Amino acid sequence: MIFLELFWTFFKLGALTFGGGYAMIPILTDEVLAHGWLTSEQILNFIAVAESTPGPIAINMATFIGASQGGLPGTIASFFGAFCATLGVVLPSFFVILLIASVITGLMRFAGVKAFLNGVRPVVVGLIIGTALTIFISVMFSIDSVFVPFNFDWRAVSIFSAVVIFNFVLKKWTKKTVSPIILIVFSAILGILFYGLF
Amino acid sequence: MKKIKTLFVLFLAMFKIGLFTFGGGYAMIAVIERELVERKKWLQHEEFMDLIAIAESTPGPIAINSATYIGYKVGGFFGSVFATLGVALPSFVIIFVISLFFNKFLSFKFVQCAFYGIQSCVAFLILSAGFKMFKKLKKNLLSVTLFVLTVGCLVGFSLFAIDFSSIFYILIGGAVGVFIYFISLISSKKDKIENVDEQNDQTNQQSKGDEL
Repeated sequence: MIFLELFWTFFKLGALTFGGGYAMIPILTDEVLAHGWLTSEQILNFIAVAESTPGPIAINMATFIGASQGGLPGTIASFFGAFCATLGVVLPSFFVILLIASVITGLMRFAGVKAFLNGVRPVVVGLIIGTALTIFISVMFSIDSVFVPFNFDWRAVSIFSAVVIFNFVLKKWTKKTVSPIILIVFSAILGILFYGLF
Repeated sequence: MKKIKTLFVLFLAMFKIGLFTFGGGYAMIAVIERELVERKKWLQHEEFMDLIAIAESTPGPIAINSATYIGYKVGGFFGSVFATLGVALPSFVIIFVISLFFNKFLSFKFVQCAFYGIQSCVAFLILSAGFKMFKKLKKNLLSVTLFVLTVGCLVGFSLFAIDFSSIFYILIGGAVGVFIYFISLISSKKDKIENVDEQNDQTNQQSKGDEL
């Protein structure tokens, strides 16, 4: 049943995300593709929306995917799907933190936990960069594997380069980190220009 | 009753934080420090440091971890429930509303084109987030090896269409971390025993010398 699947999948994701919202993206991509819920392109679109709206990326993704899989837009089923997914992603955190805060404050100092995290952290960074690279390759070259014909998407490469340059210039100019929303709007405009007019 | 008022204030504070924080858990931590530690003084600075360490090391979104922790410190179990509810609600409502018309929205050609452009941007955002995290990573033999292996396997497997869930990488990485730690424990114990033996030999020789 879809609601149980949504709850359990996002419970797993919530339990295995270490180090923030971006850490969830690689494992979420795997799970969503494996279930056949969304295509890679749709996942990217959802991520874009999740990054542009307030709140934790993890909650945004869970709600969005849950709503889209639970039922048709606007139905109670869709709402319930969103609810199950969001509840799932929140519960592991909730339980573990309560445990730590109330009972086992010493748990964090237990050497085994530190050792586990020392192993997990570089893996998470690797997953994020690796996932970004695979997305990059599939978007720029329109390929998913070496078994598919090679097709260079010059528009995607141009927009990617433009975003890199734009980000660099803005950072130097304002001396602050650039908000993702500005970059997303910029790339949206370029997308309309490149894909719509040329 | 005072307790109910505290819960309500907690809920509102977390709701505000959830509503106005863009950019994920780390941004939220900065806001939490400003609002709850410096202004409302609900946490001591040391407790806040604990919060950061815990939120980063426990599974789950940093925002939820922080909210649950603060909620518990301020208002016990119900505090954690209301705080978590508060921080998650704005997201849930906004995204659900978006989901109502998103498909319709995407059916417009120019919106589709916009999103093609956005996909390149998302690739960049994820990559740069990854590089930021990489810069902060402590670099030793273990971490660099795990990192390189993960990236290599991920890209390689994906290119050759081999299916290997990312979840396994995380569990394997954690297991390797624990394994290496135990190896280092055992070898340092061996060193300690050898040192003690050497010291015993030296003291034995000295006392023999005294006897002569």
